[in-house]
Amino acid sequence: MSELTHLTLAQARDALRSKKISATELTKAHLSAMEKARLLNCYITETPELALEQARQSDFRITQGSAGPLEGLPIGVKDLYCTKGVRTTAASRILDQFTPTYESTVSSNLMQDGAISLGKLNLDEFAMGSSNETSAFGPVISPWRRHSDPSAKIVPGGSSGGSSAAVAAHLCLGATATDTGGSIRQPAAFTGTVGIKPTYGRCSRWGIVAFASSLDQAGPITRTVQDAAIMLRSMAGHDAKDTTSVDAPVPDYEKAIGSSVKGRRIGVPKEYRIEGMSPEILQFWDQGVAWLKDAGAEIVEISLPHTKYALPTYYIIAPAEASSNLARYDGVRYGLRQAGRDIADMYEKTRAKGFGSEVRRRIMIGTYVLSAGYYDAYYVRAQKVRSLIKQDFDLAFAAGVDAVLTPATPSTAFAQGEQGSNDPVEMYLNDVFTVTVNMAGLPGIAVPGGCAANGLPLGLQLIGRPFDEETLFALASAIEHAAPKIEYPKPWWA
Amino acid sequence: MSVDPSVVRRIAHLSRIAVDENEVSRLNGEINAILSFVETLSSVNVEGIEPITSVLPMQMKKRPDVVTDGGIVDDILVNAPAREDHYFVVPKVIE
Repeated sequence: MSELTHLTLAQARDALRSKKISATELTKAHLSAMEKARLLNCYITETPELALEQARQSDFRITQGSAGPLEGLPIGVKDLYCTKGVRTTAASRILDQFTPTYESTVSSNLMQDGAISLGKLNLDEFAMGSSNETSAFGPVISPWRRHSDPSAKIVPGGSSGGSSAAVAAHLCLGATATDTGGSIRQPAAFTGTVGIKPTYGRCSRWGIVAFASSLDQAGPITRTVQDAAIMLRSMAGHDAKDTTSVDAPVPDYEKAIGSSVKGRRIGVPKEYRIEGMSPEILQFWDQGVAWLKDAGAEIVEISLPHTKYALPTYYIIAPAEASSNLARYDGVRYGLRQAGRDIADMYEKTRAKGFGSEVRRRIMIGTYVLSAGYYDAYYVRAQKVRSLIKQDFDLAFAAGVDAVLTPATPSTAFAQGEQGSNDPVEMYLNDVFTVTVNMAGLPGIAVPGGCAANGLPLGLQLIGRPFDEETLFALASAIEHAAPKIEYPKPWWA
Repeated sequence: MSVDPSVVRRIAHLSRIAVDENEVSRLNGEINAILSFVETLSSVNVEGIEPITSVLPMQMKKRPDVVTDGGIVDDILVNAPAREDHYFVVPKVIE
C-alpha cells in the first residue's frame, strides 16, 4: 500500500499540477499495488511498460506547461474497450488474441487529455452478468469481506466487476466501465464506489465491443463523485463515427459538485418497494430521502407504473440485439477458429467453443425472439412496453420532478456461487432497479451511502432528465457529504 | 409459451452454435425459465402504443456518401485466424 494510491483522482491531479508528485512515481505506486493484488484478478492484461512510457511523456508535458485535464493520472480500462496494440478480450475465449489496430473513441479521449492506462480490466463475458463470474478469465474477488464470514469470496458486481474492484482496492484512480442494464451502477454499489451511466448518446460507443447497441453506454467508476465528474467530462462528447452520439456541448461537470440542491424536487417511486425487499434496504432508502431533505430538496412520491415490466422487457431486447451483434464472431475475420467439416460446421464449432454458457444462452434467447412467428409476440411487444416504461419517466419529469431516488440494488454483494447457479433469472434480478434507466436512455448515478450490518457497502441511485448529469452530480455530492465516509478495506490481499 | 427439445436444437442451429445432445435438456429448462419470466409482458395493454425506435427524439445524422477511410487491408487482416495475400481463408464453400 502506498499513500499515492490513496489519493483521489482530484487530489492526484492537483498534486501533479503543483509538481508535488510526478506522474512516474504515481504510476509506479499503482503498478506495484497491482502486482501485489493479482489474487483479486482485477486486470486481465497489465501494461506496465506502456504506462511508464505514458507517464514519462506526461511528466514532460507538465514541465512544458502543456498538461491536459487528466495529465498523468493512472486509470484502468474495462476490457470491452478496443485499445490499439493491446489485446482486447471482452473476457471471452472467442476473441482469442485479438489485438485492435484502432483505439475506442472514449479511451482515446481520455488518453488525449493525458490519462495513463495501467491495463485492461476484467468483466463478465461480453458484459453479460452481474457478478463477474461469467468471465473466461476467472471471477474477480471484491476487496470487501463480510463481517460474519471473512473467508467468503465476495463478488464485485458486474459486468464492470474488474473496474469496481480495482477502484475500491486502490489499483487505479478511476476506471472506465460500460452499462447496458446496470453494469456500472450495480458494481459501484457493491464496492462502495461511485458509478455514472450518462444519457444514451452522451459518450461515443465507437470501438467498444457491442452488446445491446440501443442500451450500451460508457461511463466511469471512481471513489468520489467529484472524480466521476472529472472523468466523464473527458469521456463524453460528439463522435462522427457513432451516429447515436449527440452533438451537444459537454459541461464542466465538476462545477456541479457541492452546488446547492435547495428546492430540487426528488421523486420517490412507490413501485420500487418490491416484494421481499429487505427492511435494511428500505431503511437505507429512507435515510437517503432524509439526507436530501436535510440538504433542502423537496421529496414527492411518484408512480412509475410499468417498472415491474422493465426486467422482462430487457431480457427480450438485450438478447435480441446481442444475438445480432455477436453474429460477427464466426472464426473468419478475427478471434478463435475451430475446424469443421464445412463452413457451417466451422461456425457452429467455433461459437460453441468460444462463447461461455451465459453468452450462448442469451444468443439463443435472442435468436428465438427474433425468429419468424415469434417476432411480433416477443420482440415487437417488448419494444412497445419499452415505450411505456420511457413514458412513465417522461410524465414524472413533465410533472416537475428533477431527479428520482431509488436504492441501486435490492441487496448487498453476495459471495461467489451463491446466485444464479440453478436459475439464471435469480441473477438477473440484481438489475431490477437499474435496468429501467437503460430502457429510457436516462442518466443514472450510484453513490455509496454507508455499510449494511454485514459490513458490505450499500448504494443509492439517482436518475435524471436526459443530459442533466449536472443535477445528478449535485445531488450525489450532497448524499456523499451527508453519508458516513466509506472506509475501503485494508489490503488483506497484499 | 415454452419450447421443447426439437425447438432448442433448431434455435441452436439458427444461432450457429453446436450443442451436444446432453446439453439440450439443460438448455431447454433454462430457456423455458427465461420465457416464463418474460411471459408477464403478455398481460400489458399495448393497444395503440408504438414500438420504441429511439430513446431520444433525434434525427439520424447523415453525411455525404463518400469514401472517408481505406487503404488499411493489412490492418483488417492482421487478426484473421487464416489468411492468404489479401484474403480471408475459409473452408471450401462451393463444390
